[in-house]
Amino acid sequence: MKFMQLMAGALSLGLASAAYADGHEPVKVGFIYVGPIGDGGWTYQHDQGRLAVEAEFGDRVETVYQELVPEGADAERAITQMALGGADIIFTTSFGYMDATNAVAAKFPDIKFEHATGYKREHPNVSTYDARFYEGRAVTGTLAGYMTETNKIGYIASFPIPEVIQGINSSFLHARKVNPDVEMVVTWAYTWFDPAKEADAARAMIDQGVDVILQHTDSTAPQAAAQEANANGGRVFTFGQASDMIQFARNDDGTPGPRIASIIDDWSPYYIERVGAVLDGTWEQQASWGGMPEGEVVIGEITEAVPAEAKAAAEEMIAAITAGDYHPFTGPINKQDGTPWLADGEVADDGTLLGMDFYVEGLTGEIPN
Amino acid sequence: MIRLERRPTPSRLWSGISPLVAVVLTMVAGGLMFAALGKDPFEALRTIFWDPIFGEFAWYFRGQLLIKAGPLILIAVGLAMGFRAGIWNIGAEGQYIVGALCGAAAGLAFYPAETRLIFPLMIVAGALGGFLWAMIPALLKVRFGTNEILVSLMLVYVAENLLASAAVGWLRNPESSGFPGSRNLSRWEASANLEIWADTGIHWGVVAAVVAVIFAQVMLTRHLMGFQIRLAGSAPRAARFAGVVPGRLVVVCLGLAGVLAGMAGLFEVTGPAGQISIDFASGYGFTAIIVAFLGRLNPLGIVAAGLLMALTYVGGDNAAGNLGLPAAAISAFQGMLLFFLLAIDVLTNFRVRMGRGVAA
Repeated sequence: MKFMQLMAGALSLGLASAAYADGHEPVKVGFIYVGPIGDGGWTYQHDQGRLAVEAEFGDRVETVYQELVPEGADAERAITQMALGGADIIFTTSFGYMDATNAVAAKFPDIKFEHATGYKREHPNVSTYDARFYEGRAVTGTLAGYMTETNKIGYIASFPIPEVIQGINSSFLHARKVNPDVEMVVTWAYTWFDPAKEADAARAMIDQGVDVILQHTDSTAPQAAAQEANANGGRVFTFGQASDMIQFARNDDGTPGPRIASIIDDWSPYYIERVGAVLDGTWEQQASWGGMPEGEVVIGEITEAVPAEAKAAAEEMIAAITAGDYHPFTGPINKQDGTPWLADGEVADDGTLLGMDFYVEGLTGEIPN
Repeated sequence: MIRLERRPTPSRLWSGISPLVAVVLTMVAGGLMFAALGKDPFEALRTIFWDPIFGEFAWYFRGQLLIKAGPLILIAVGLAMGFRAGIWNIGAEGQYIVGALCGAAAGLAFYPAETRLIFPLMIVAGALGGFLWAMIPALLKVRFGTNEILVSLMLVYVAENLLASAAVGWLRNPESSGFPGSRNLSRWEASANLEIWADTGIHWGVVAAVVAVIFAQVMLTRHLMGFQIRLAGSAPRAARFAGVVPGRLVVVCLGLAGVLAGMAGLFEVTGPAGQISIDFASGYGFTAIIVAFLGRLNPLGIVAAGLLMALTYVGGDNAAGNLGLPAAAISAFQGMLLFFLLAIDVLTNFRVRMGRGVAA
């Protein structure tokens, strides 16, 4: 192991110094994707970030990517292969690449690694980055509270991890704020991307009387299910997730579609900043958690299906969060069992949010464990 | 008019060269596809077939070939025994998952103890887990005559849900602040299934695969059970007269496949994968079915087939990452290889006749 590690180290050093000798250029930027770049959601948005890096730096960078890399044993090989191929910085864009990213980083100390949505930074050449999606949820939750007539809103959840629970709590709190009678139905899909499962979840909720569906899964299947229900006389609204999903904002005949707004993950500012840091030689390890102020979480077009009052409330919320005047988790907030969590005016700290494993008061059901 | 005419006996010539012909045809068709995608076909083919074995970074990729081929061969050998006897275990993926779960659970029960006894215990637990999961379709078939294809396949989906519940619930790393996934078993000395020789890719799972191949080869050619398996597959009625108990054969064949698949899962979760995670199941159990048939259900053939499959994966990823080929093109390329292998296989049992023939 030792000898090969040395070899790998020496090799990467050789490749890296070759890049550094001529003024760092072109810097080779690698991306590891969990889905296909055409998924219209999570991976698509990361790839848009890659293209933004190319547009920003032109000939000074060269980008490579590999799509559909499974989050198991294959990830380590894919990342190693990219490192051997001479990448100077590698973005691994899914939570499941966490241990693999750190393992490869140990062997290539001169290559920078950036792992999305994880928390392990075991070596000085590993950074992590994530986005405060719960800020966007505060806006969609507000809209959901206004739009529901049955007072039943639904949430298609992926896995019971803190990021998803933040989203559920944030949506629910803000829906309740504008509509005290609202109830939320949470369905666990146990997947990030499975159109069939997501469509089933959406249909089941519509059958239960849910008329606004939020999702933390990446396909457009729930939007399609809502469109189908509306074509049969229903009145169901949805939100684009990860990507704009604007194609569901209007039906083919021009009438308003089910999608009334969206939470867009925009990774471009972050990718440009970090690649720029490698170009300048100023890259340092960090844990980044940007949100609406940084432009990483963006609300897509709010359509004409939304009444003016609701739209104004949503826009006010966007402005307040973007300006840093409002934090979606501001007390008084109680936990589900009624015990106090945040006192009046108190703001949640990042540590609690990053480990969030409880519902807020008013939500029914339990977090699966 | 082109007709196919059955050969009196399978052609030995075609049986031998058909894999080579298939590889050549795949290269031609695949090269055309890569060219149509605007890539240099020769560079693409070199990246897939040549670079992993002889290229600049072959010292890394050769080991990766063994890591990828190990579980495929281990599972395929077990499946081939059953397939030869006409017992269709399609659920190796489930046995692989349950083996990994049982093995990981047995080990983690002793965390953070440091004793060398834990790893052998985990191997036994993994094998047992795979065995018990395979016993469900086996006993249902023996007792109630259910179809083992359906039962074993359906149990894969059950196993996947068990895996999800383990990753987010009962096997979750308590120090992960709510994130899914177990502790990393490859970083805990007592359970780590590391490479035995550095950078060779040879971990205990690869060793187990070699042992299984030798064991299966000896059993098929030298042991009564092997004779019974071959007989039951080729002449079921004769097998009964020869004293083969069908029920026992079902239990043995499914049990053996379950043990090997469970062990493959355990070696994977303690080594290359490292942890129980939601995405731990990577399809080895299904790919192994292809490997078993590609290897003609023959243990030595399975070794070659497993290595070839591993090469298309490792080389395919290499091309996807370095040449910017879409993942779908790589999948299509792998599909072509299997298609041509099966298509050319027809020539082993049939000969092509041109012109108008007399109806046979």
